[in-house]
Amino acid sequence: MATKSMGDIEKIKKKLNVLIVDDDPLNLIIHEKIIKAIGGISQTANNGEEAVIIHRDGGSSFDLILMDKEMPERDGVSTTKKLREMEVKSMIVGVTSLADNEEERRAFMEAGLNHCLAKPLTKDKIIPLINQLMDA
Amino acid sequence: MQRQVALIKQSLFDQGYLDEQFVELEELQDDANPNFVEEVATLYFKDSARLISNIEQALERGSFDFNRLDNYMHQFKGSSTSIGASKVKTECTMFREYCRVGNAEGCLRTFKQLKKEHATLRKKLEQYFQLARQAGPKETARRPK
Repeated sequence: MATKSMGDIEKIKKKLNVLIVDDDPLNLIIHEKIIKAIGGISQTANNGEEAVIIHRDGGSSFDLILMDKEMPERDGVSTTKKLREMEVKSMIVGVTSLADNEEERRAFMEAGLNHCLAKPLTKDKIIPLINQLMDA
Repeated sequence: MQRQVALIKQSLFDQGYLDEQFVELEELQDDANPNFVEEVATLYFKDSARLISNIEQALERGSFDFNRLDNYMHQFKGSSTSIGASKVKTECTMFREYCRVGNAEGCLRTFKQLKKEHATLRKKLEQYFQLARQAGPKETARRPK
């Protein structure tokens, strides 16, 4: 990925590749649109188990994984732990509800997240993390 | 007509039906997806109708499964947050509080109010989107004053 100054997202040379893991179809559409708006491409998974399968079967590599916390089949905490066990090196950002307490957020972080963001996700919340990825 | 559209939108914010998140969604609209927000809203109302139906059925059974009800409302609150449906979101929060303390009457009362807010928002947004389509391509999304 080209290294660019803060905020200069429009000129990314290599498209940011993002996996969006969420059971809410509304969130999937919105988060895909956000990623597209900031110049990235995305793939979606409807729950944590799908996310694990994507990594196991496809050998996929993502720059960023947006991980919802509450999901059926396999939740965000379990999925993050599993992906780290599988040595997935992507930046994993947890997406939590404002109703989640500090203990719940801490447990999510300890599962292997790089960051945690509260819903609703917006471009302004994601762009600083993208910049961090680009500077890495 | 653009002015009328702007006035309707402003009133939705002034009356507390919508919050900042709606503007965030409008800012995601582009030439490739000029009706993105309307598509999102359509999906929201379709999904929330399903949740309302599930909750109604659960409440009609008489024996309150507060965990199940809370789970439905968690989903409802999540999607309401995503679209900026502020009043609906507030009712969802109250309902969940009543679930937490096992207050069946509170749940019923709040659910009635939630359905009212949801129906009002649906009607107002349908009117807004219809007018917006008639008005034609509009200026970039503007934050409410």
